[in-house]
Amino acid sequence: MINSSLKQLGHLLASKQISSVELTQSYLQRMAQHNPGINAYITIDEEKSLAQAKAADVSIAAGNAQALTGIPIAQKDIFCAKGWRTTCGSKMLETFISPYDAHVISQFDAVGAVNLGKTNMDEFAMGSSNETSYFGGVKNPWDVDRVPGGSSGGSAAAVAARLCAAATGTDTGGSIRQPASLCGFTGLKPTYGLVSRYGMIAFASSLDQAGPMAKSAEDCALMMNVMAGFDERDSTSLNRPVEDYTRGLAAMTGDQPLKGLRIGLPKEYFAEGLNADVAKVIETAIAEYKKLGADIVEVSLPNNNLSIPVYYVLAPAEASSNLSRFDGVRYGHRAAEYNDLLEMYMKSRAEGFGAEVKRRILIGTYVLSAGYYDAYYLKAQQIRRLIAQDFVEAFKYCDVIMGPAAPSTAFKVGEKTSDPVAMYLEDLYTIAVNLAGLPGMSIPAGFAQSSEGKPLPVGLQIIGNYFDEARMLDIGHAYQQVTDWHQQMPAGLE
Amino acid sequence: MQWEVVIGLETHTQLKTNTKIFSGASTTYGAAPNTQACEVSIALPGVLPVLNKQAVECAIKFGLAIDAEIAQRSVFSRKNYFYPDLPKGYQISQFELPVVGKGKITIQVPAGKSTEAYEKVIHITRAHLEEDAGKSVHDAVDGMSGIDLNRAGTPLLEIVTEPDMRSAAEAVAYAKKLHELVQWIGICDGNMQEGSFRCDVNVSVRPKGTEKLGTRREIKNLNSFKFMQQAIEYETQWQIETLEDGGTIQQATVLFNPDTGETRAMRSKEEANDYRYFPDPDLLPLAVTEEDKSRVRAEMPELPQALQARFVGEYQLSAYDASTLTASKAVADYFVETVQAGADAKQSANWVMGAVSAKLNAEEKTIADSPVTATQLAALLKRIGDNTISNNAAKQVFEGMWAGEGTVDAIIEAKGLKQVSDTGAIEAIIKEVLTANQAMVDEYKSGKEKAFNALVGQCMKASKGKANPAQVNELLKNMLG
Amino acid sequence: MALNLDDIKRIAMLARIEVSESEAQETLHKLSGILGLIEQMQAVDTTGITPMSHSQDVTQRLREDVVTKTNQRELFQSIAPATQDGLYLVPKVIE
Repeated sequence: MINSSLKQLGHLLASKQISSVELTQSYLQRMAQHNPGINAYITIDEEKSLAQAKAADVSIAAGNAQALTGIPIAQKDIFCAKGWRTTCGSKMLETFISPYDAHVISQFDAVGAVNLGKTNMDEFAMGSSNETSYFGGVKNPWDVDRVPGGSSGGSAAAVAARLCAAATGTDTGGSIRQPASLCGFTGLKPTYGLVSRYGMIAFASSLDQAGPMAKSAEDCALMMNVMAGFDERDSTSLNRPVEDYTRGLAAMTGDQPLKGLRIGLPKEYFAEGLNADVAKVIETAIAEYKKLGADIVEVSLPNNNLSIPVYYVLAPAEASSNLSRFDGVRYGHRAAEYNDLLEMYMKSRAEGFGAEVKRRILIGTYVLSAGYYDAYYLKAQQIRRLIAQDFVEAFKYCDVIMGPAAPSTAFKVGEKTSDPVAMYLEDLYTIAVNLAGLPGMSIPAGFAQSSEGKPLPVGLQIIGNYFDEARMLDIGHAYQQVTDWHQQMPAGLE
Repeated sequence: MQWEVVIGLETHTQLKTNTKIFSGASTTYGAAPNTQACEVSIALPGVLPVLNKQAVECAIKFGLAIDAEIAQRSVFSRKNYFYPDLPKGYQISQFELPVVGKGKITIQVPAGKSTEAYEKVIHITRAHLEEDAGKSVHDAVDGMSGIDLNRAGTPLLEIVTEPDMRSAAEAVAYAKKLHELVQWIGICDGNMQEGSFRCDVNVSVRPKGTEKLGTRREIKNLNSFKFMQQAIEYETQWQIETLEDGGTIQQATVLFNPDTGETRAMRSKEEANDYRYFPDPDLLPLAVTEEDKSRVRAEMPELPQALQARFVGEYQLSAYDASTLTASKAVADYFVETVQAGADAKQSANWVMGAVSAKLNAEEKTIADSPVTATQLAALLKRIGDNTISNNAAKQVFEGMWAGEGTVDAIIEAKGLKQVSDTGAIEAIIKEVLTANQAMVDEYKSGKEKAFNALVGQCMKASKGKANPAQVNELLKNMLG
Repeated sequence: MALNLDDIKRIAMLARIEVSESEAQETLHKLSGILGLIEQMQAVDTTGITPMSHSQDVTQRLREDVVTKTNQRELFQSIAPATQDGLYLVPKVIE
């Protein structure tokens, strides 16, 4: 059952073969057993989860079940959930009980899904290994000596270890897709503006986007049906007709379901920096897509290498301002001792934020400060446009872009913590998508062997044009009909 | 040396909206602390701003009223600084691209007793939308400050002038004119006690005849015209004395202390500010289309200048009267209503500027609280027009109306003020007067014109003021032959 | 544009984050590395390119001026570090 799809779980619930309470309890038991070793969850509240499960069972009995009613979903601890501790992975919010619900949380509540707990993450979503969390790092279920990726590392590990039916994540520079690649599951970052950011603690507002993290493309489609949609409380939320993201899945069968699909391979994604084992897995996956009927074309994203410097100007700049509200006045950590207001600010923030968060606030403050704004911030926004235009040009020749989601497989815990720049290069293939506001997805495409001989997952990234999520999910689903990478589970967790 | 003072104003006008600029929290004044501080107002993690349509329309109205460029596309930026009354650690404001661009306001500056008022054009640099901060309540608890965020997020339009003013009188005239204008177009309640209209005044001095501006000091948060006048005068004198004593002026933010009449530099703002402005990624560019402007224009009242021209053209009022009657919208509305109720325009103007205004001043009332409504005033003026009462009697009737003694006709009746216009009756009175005052008649006949007026006076007295003066004049002339 | 310790102190003050003398050196080292990465941008000629703030070319939606929020002071202040009589308390603000 733990490997069942959301659709299958829905059938089990609808046909009363299992109740939501039973399903939730079975996950809670798995969590009690495995979470201490993996540290995927920051907050588990059995009572709250079971109360939701009970309510879901009532709905189901009354015949009011929807696709995800009664299904236990893990929520990244970046989403404010009323009555739940919401920490964003930070000491700053260690005791913060949210007085309100994020839009994403309300959407899941509205369909009667069960909030299974709040998952671990890099502090304020700043990191690519989940090692910056104040609540300790998350372990990769495929090899506990390795990181799960980040920043949505807790959700990633929870999905990979089957400690939830599916999870939510957020992706500012790759925080859904890179962990999806490192932990071997399907993760989608939608077009910017498709999922409301209301109640999602902001890191870099112009790049942040929430999305589903689940076993398969089909599961992600069902999650998208809940998460996407217009919200008037977010000015950047796009008012578009409601879509059914599962609408094309059924057609992905037969001999060549993707006949005529043009897949663009950016030459820059296969250049220096890409691990050879990862490259091999990606090439094999592309070959599989050819068999499904797709045509392969080479495209170019000439400014891709600039996406990292641009990102490390824009994201910290926005973050430095977004995180100013954590001042110890209205909520959050306040230093125990201070002599005056200035000292209260300086100490509360020095104590409440971890090293990486402080670094990014300082970099962001620097690039916005008088005399540097034009050389850094404005320049970065100009290059951002060049990067976005690269995609416009590439999509003239292809329907989707494919390539690796991360340059390597999961790395060792501690391997990159002392060198922020090395860590930042993890996002080489994901950041440009955020800068352009495009949708991007990572699906399990196979494994590479670690030096210790353990299988480590590799993700294939699929980048679509704006609002092309349904087609991307179809493309992922077609692949998952002929491969079983997405069904595989880490040893010892079956 | 002769010095010249150079003054520019930045005025924060609180816009008349039901809700805050970026959230649906109420802006009602005077609520208990933090009861109007919603999750957006207190900047909980994850909350986002959504712009209030009414605030934008207020800005457009102002732009139209001062004949300014209204940006088709303007941008909200974040002004970053830490202060306990600023919950997000940044203020959302407009920096590079404000909604309202260059415009102008013409002011009348009352000069000294010996000279006449003069007119001056004050150039507006820009006006931009922004959110207000909360309030710090000092010594709420010993050694602590209390923070009330009810005001945080209240919509403001900050109106910035060029350094066009050359005296405290000009600055005050501009501020008063602006104060009246924002109320006229209905975008601000103008309540200065409640902080709805606050002025920051930039003051610098330079040797007369030189071009280069001196270093300015900014007097913050002046909320009365009287204080503004005092503060500018004190500050100007202080700067001149400092320079004459060989000192230099340091750029600073200063506060005016009404108790001492002095200005002093603020301590907390001395640190060099680096606000790190950048476009707010949570908000999109604000678009204002021609249709938006037309729609807003259609909702706007006639502006003072247009109304003045109409008063001169349509009602044949003097420019002075037209200007006086358009000093405030309420007065102008009252006047127009009086005329529309059928009263003579010139007569209405005289009464509104005369008797009505005098009573209001004496009782410190505004025209909105006048016990005599425009319709009632018109009824009174009609009774003068149809010769029912004399001008003098009308004043008594007006007093009665003011005191709530009843309708015009009822008061005329009750006080017996009805004018006598019956020729026979008046002739009888004149005969009596002529008989009783033979000496005056003789004087008149010997060529003393003055005696005629004295006889008219006697006739009026004999009629107890009720005789129609014009008729008395005419008949008396005939009878004296 | 090389960073120095004074820059670190200046931006730490602007950001209201206490950085001790010993931390400052380490911070300088790490931030210099990040700035080195960022410097790659300077090689690009961006003359005439409009800065991109948002990925979608859309304009601001406006909200009707209707009160939708109710008083939740008690709930909001239940998570505040220090309050009294409905006010958030902070060390004395000096003007």
